[in-house]
Amino acid sequence: MDVITHDVLILGTGLAGLRAAIEALRVGKDISVGIISKVHLMRSHSVAPEGGAAAVLYEGKGDSFEQHAYDTIKGSDFLADQDVVERYVKIFPEEILQLEHWGCPWSRNEDGTIAFRLFGAHEVPRTVFAEDRTGFFLMRTLYDTLLKFDNFERYDEYIGLSLIIENNRFGGLLAMDKNSGEYVVFVAKSIVIATGGLGRLWEFTTNAYTTTGDGFAIALRAGIPLKDMEFVQWLPTCMVPYGIPATEALRGHGAILLNSRGERFMKRYAPSKMELAARDIVSRAMMIEIKEGRGLKGPGGMDCLMLDARPVGEERLLTIYNTFVENARELLGIDPLEELVPVRPAAHYAMGGIDVDIDLKSSIPGIFAAGEVACPGFDGANRLGSNSLPLCLATGRVAGKNAAIFATKRSMPEISQDTVNREVKRYENLLKVDGSESLYTLKKKLNRVMEEYVGIFRNREGLIRALEEIRQIKRLYCKDMRIEDTSKVFNTEFVNAIELGFMLDVAEVIALSALKREESRGAHYRTDFPKRDDERWLKHTIVQRKDGELAVFYRPVRITKWNPEDRRY
Amino acid sequence: MEVTLKVFRFNPEKDKKPRFQEYRVTVDRYTRVLEALLWVKENVDPSLSFRYSCRMAMCGSCAMLINGKPRLACKTIIGNLKTSVIELRPLPKFNVVRDLVVEMSDFFENHRSVKPYLIREDVEEQENPTNFYLQTPEELQKYVRFAYCIMCGLCSASCPIFKSGGKYLGPQAIAQAYRYILDSRDEGLDARREILNSEEGVWHCHFAGECSEACPKGVEPAEAIQRLRRLLL
Repeated sequence: MDVITHDVLILGTGLAGLRAAIEALRVGKDISVGIISKVHLMRSHSVAPEGGAAAVLYEGKGDSFEQHAYDTIKGSDFLADQDVVERYVKIFPEEILQLEHWGCPWSRNEDGTIAFRLFGAHEVPRTVFAEDRTGFFLMRTLYDTLLKFDNFERYDEYIGLSLIIENNRFGGLLAMDKNSGEYVVFVAKSIVIATGGLGRLWEFTTNAYTTTGDGFAIALRAGIPLKDMEFVQWLPTCMVPYGIPATEALRGHGAILLNSRGERFMKRYAPSKMELAARDIVSRAMMIEIKEGRGLKGPGGMDCLMLDARPVGEERLLTIYNTFVENARELLGIDPLEELVPVRPAAHYAMGGIDVDIDLKSSIPGIFAAGEVACPGFDGANRLGSNSLPLCLATGRVAGKNAAIFATKRSMPEISQDTVNREVKRYENLLKVDGSESLYTLKKKLNRVMEEYVGIFRNREGLIRALEEIRQIKRLYCKDMRIEDTSKVFNTEFVNAIELGFMLDVAEVIALSALKREESRGAHYRTDFPKRDDERWLKHTIVQRKDGELAVFYRPVRITKWNPEDRRY
Repeated sequence: MEVTLKVFRFNPEKDKKPRFQEYRVTVDRYTRVLEALLWVKENVDPSLSFRYSCRMAMCGSCAMLINGKPRLACKTIIGNLKTSVIELRPLPKFNVVRDLVVEMSDFFENHRSVKPYLIREDVEEQENPTNFYLQTPEELQKYVRFAYCIMCGLCSASCPIFKSGGKYLGPQAIAQAYRYILDSRDEGLDARREILNSEEGVWHCHFAGECSEACPKGVEPAEAIQRLRRLLL
């Protein structure tokens, strides 16, 4: 087995991972960085975000860091750690400027300054954007900028499998090269985990097929706690039947939502902000409309509501929303300049993640996390639209820097072959089960359980059922799965099986966290406990795997300035 | 509606030479080639290998030859192909890893060789920004279309001159050099002149124009190459 040594490892190459890699390289020319991605480096799902990045670019001119922090904390339903929010919103504009200096084609005002637009639950327009391909342009800017540096090695299409921990410190990472099918051990002084989200646990999702929660599971298996995993965001307006988003920015520019009666139903749920209320509120409203019979049948027979983008105007639609227009025309055969577009909420974003502190350190020295997979406590129970891109950039930068500095202060770890062999065996066993269940059948079962019981509306009975079923699927996964493809080269069936293992571990944590939290807050809505309960539940859920069992405990929310108040839009 | 996918198969561990395998798939008006392939993989033949990820034509993973034309599987609605047999092959001009998966590292190296990033004199400001580089909407419009490139490889695969690992950089890399050269913030024309002017560069192109036709994002590499030639003269 190949053993490869670097000072710093970056696992995952979306916005957070690429930004972390560049920052680690900037710390010192003598720092060697290994960049690992299970896809080609530039193909991570950060290419998908359309809407933009929130940042206070002109402090004092109608906006302030204080206002951005407050909007974020209110949006979080007061579960955000306020010191984290206050620190990171100040980094956001620095990152917008830095990416501009590296070539990001931000959309501009006539005078050459960077343009911004209004997004849901932000009190003022502060979302900068690059047409409706903001994530894509940021990705390409970072990927291209990375190519200026020399002191890194790229490992395209290597899937991270297990963290190796020695003497309670980071020691290395077991990975597999998808092209050769060979296992590889990376030995390094520190790592930034930046593997992105977990949307594929659900059937209807905005996320890429590759967004399978890998980093959450890898951390959990290594004994690192996960935080606030019950909070998963549904993006309100996703095109039926594909789940491809129609960006929230459209609503910022006037697009409205209609039910089967042609009624602008959001007036009954958020009379002041209407379609621009926080995402959890709009998604719930849409699902209530569908449940109460005011939805429509969309393509593929899927229940939906209608997005009317015509108020946005032809000029904007054809320029800064050309991706949306192209998708609707090409895929749905619908022209949004003339017609309504069928949409419904889709699983979108994990607010929770690997439990890290304000400096992005996990409980294991040398292991850092950034981006969606990390949970420093910024998003709380609901993330505001356009906060994720700047947070990926900012946490990437901070984690990359801290990981590099950490690496300069320690010697190269030594890892035991026994530990490596044990981990390899765990994966090799999957090939030897020789059972009868296709992994794809098991995956469909998991998707169905998550949609039915761990969706936008939850209750005790359903969550207990979900936990039982997830555990049952896990048993089948271990004891009765069959992998037919025994080749080594680009064996995507085996890769999919590994990913399903990750998904099952993460699903169990989400269902358990959701079952325990007996209140409704942000994106976590319990029909049996429909009210927020600050007395009992103003605290973070922490789940850790100890001796094969999941232990749940809680940690208070850090409040600096803003006491919880009623949340209305 | 039922269609037949006729898929190029090659597993280097088992096959001496490539073969074609046929799968019957039921599709509707919304089914894309990618969904049909996934249905086969999940229900009929899990050993079928192909790349895919975002399924919204942004990541560039699922480039392949569909009925003889380089296309993205996630951007090709089967009904629009108007044939009941759909032939799927790996991208030409690239070495096959397995089935529809091709080796792309040389292609990425070509991209890197044209210095695809902003090059400026004020390195200190660029790395530690204090103020914005202003850019008017007109200046932005000049290059932004060329920045749509998702590095899928369709343009280079369609080029009669290009061969992965060969000398010619190919339309993808050259168009990306042009994207940065056109950017009002960039000062790197001279730094890129040598590679673009060399044997590997713009003079190799025969103006077949296939690249622009193949591009799924409207980048028009052929136009970029033509305009670059004028710029370099």
